[in-house]
Amino acid sequence: MTYSSTLDAAAGAPAASSSVLAQLLGVEKSFHRGAEEVRVLRGLDLELRRGEFLALMGPSGSGKSTLLNLLAGLDRPDSGSVDVDGQRIDRLSDRQLARWRARHVGLVFQFYNLLPVLSAAKNVELPLLLAPLSGAQRKQHVQAALAVVGLEHRAKHLPRQLSGGEQQRVGIARAIVTDATLILADEPTGDLDRKSGDGILDLLQALNREHGKTIVMVTHDPHAAARASRTLHVVDGQLSREMAA
Amino acid sequence: MTRLSLVAAGFKRHRLRLVLTGLSIVVAFVLFSYLVAIRKAFEMGVSIAGADRLVVRHSVSIIQSLPASYEAEIERIPGVVDATPLSWFGGIYKDPKNFMPQFPVKPEEYLAMFPEFRLPPEQKAAWLATRTGVIVGRSIADKYHWKLGQRIPIQATIYAPRTAGHDWRFDLVGIYDGAKKETDTTQFLFRQDYFEENKEIGKGRIGWFAVRIADPKKAPQVAKAIDELFVNSPAATKAEGEGAFAQAFANQVGNIGAIVTAILTSVFFTILLVVGNTIAQSVRERTQELGVLKAIGFTDGEVLAHVLGESLALAGLAGGAGLGLGYFLVSLGDPTKRFLPIFFFPREALGVGIALVIGLGLVAGAVPALSAMRLRTVDALRRG
Repeated sequence: MTYSSTLDAAAGAPAASSSVLAQLLGVEKSFHRGAEEVRVLRGLDLELRRGEFLALMGPSGSGKSTLLNLLAGLDRPDSGSVDVDGQRIDRLSDRQLARWRARHVGLVFQFYNLLPVLSAAKNVELPLLLAPLSGAQRKQHVQAALAVVGLEHRAKHLPRQLSGGEQQRVGIARAIVTDATLILADEPTGDLDRKSGDGILDLLQALNREHGKTIVMVTHDPHAAARASRTLHVVDGQLSREMAA
Repeated sequence: MTRLSLVAAGFKRHRLRLVLTGLSIVVAFVLFSYLVAIRKAFEMGVSIAGADRLVVRHSVSIIQSLPASYEAEIERIPGVVDATPLSWFGGIYKDPKNFMPQFPVKPEEYLAMFPEFRLPPEQKAAWLATRTGVIVGRSIADKYHWKLGQRIPIQATIYAPRTAGHDWRFDLVGIYDGAKKETDTTQFLFRQDYFEENKEIGKGRIGWFAVRIADPKKAPQVAKAIDELFVNSPAATKAEGEGAFAQAFANQVGNIGAIVTAILTSVFFTILLVVGNTIAQSVRERTQELGVLKAIGFTDGEVLAHVLGESLALAGLAGGAGLGLGYFLVSLGDPTKRFLPIFFFPREALGVGIALVIGLGLVAGAVPALSAMRLRTVDALRRG
């Protein structure tokens, strides 16, 4: 029994083999701002196909980051279902959900969110601490991930010794090191200049095209969204428009 | 990298704050080491008290004397093996600051009564052969650099000698060592017959008796029998176990155990707040990082363990260093220049020290660890 199959068995769900990787049905999500209830997602439906590169666009507060958090298992819907790779993740306990994230999701943040006291290699290794791997196996995975993002030579550098673009590459290496099913990127180029941002988009595109990774990217930037294979707009808590690249 | 090294990596943040917090823990444990050694010194008589020894004193107070003739009467009571007299001499060696307990005793009886005082046979023979002979503990001999054969003048404060002046002169014939670490090696013991013959006041009177009994389990009955024997005499007695007597004697200074406990409680409560604040501040500053750990798959329990691990590691490293340094400093000797009869780090205090280290780490880290555990991942990631 593998690391992931243990989790699947615990949640009582069979592994999916269809081309649909994730499916959200009738998802509602509200937040409370003082006494006021803010409905962020209003009965949203979404199908994410395996191997696609989806861009989510929309104005601030439209619910695109909330949607990303639901796909990542960082948050739960008030109602509706979130199914990823045949798994109803909205039904998992907090502990199961944490372990599911460790195995299935790679997260890329706008501000990189690297641990400043760890070297690039150790930041990349962090998710592997949760996997049943030996030290040598972890090292091998880290080297491979750093090679994919082109930063083998910066492995021992601390985040503060790296440029913004390099830090984001480390963030991406951390997201792919566990061979996650789904890469979720929240404004991955939002803190970078155009040149560095293009480099990150090239990398995400390569991960999608050459390594078959399924990627969902939240962005405000149409230039970034143009790199995706499909773009969806989130407006007032619903998907309003679908554009294929 | 392991989870332990992830905890250790946390120490690279705010090194100055970490060092200052660590130093405050080190100081607390050095203080702990000194205080337990001081408490041990004051409890010395209690901890080494012979279970088979009683002390018989005047029923009013220890400063009231008893007739020396009681010795024979006590020895006739069933269950008593031997009785030997002691008196508080209270003399001064050169300067009143040079304190040491001085007792006139019967050499053979005394050494038999207190076998924990180890005196070489030839020195014992010299003591028996010399009326002005005195034996002293190793600590006192070392402190005043006394050598065998040296004449030691002691100025009387209570018992002036019959000879002119106030000085008694003793010849140092022996230096005893203690059988245990706890044995008092600060005593100055001279002969009762020489004392009795030359003192001007208090003839035929002694301070108290040390009494050896055959069966320690029958100590209460024997003590009662002794007191009943003298109950209607002008000098009624109070017999009690040597431990109780030593405790009462130590309590004249104050309840040292309670004082030490009060000081340590205050110190460790303060340190608890200092360490707790450091860990809490560190958690507050790293909310987003903790959110990242949760986002990549660390469970709430693992985040709790991570923060508690940091707190325990800080307390363990600094507390361990403090205990080690404290042990070393205490082993260098009594800071009061041997006013204390014994001074060492008691072995049993090591267990207490380790428990304090672990307790400090757990308690100081508990609240920050719980708040880290309860962090909502999404909220934590938003707090950049």
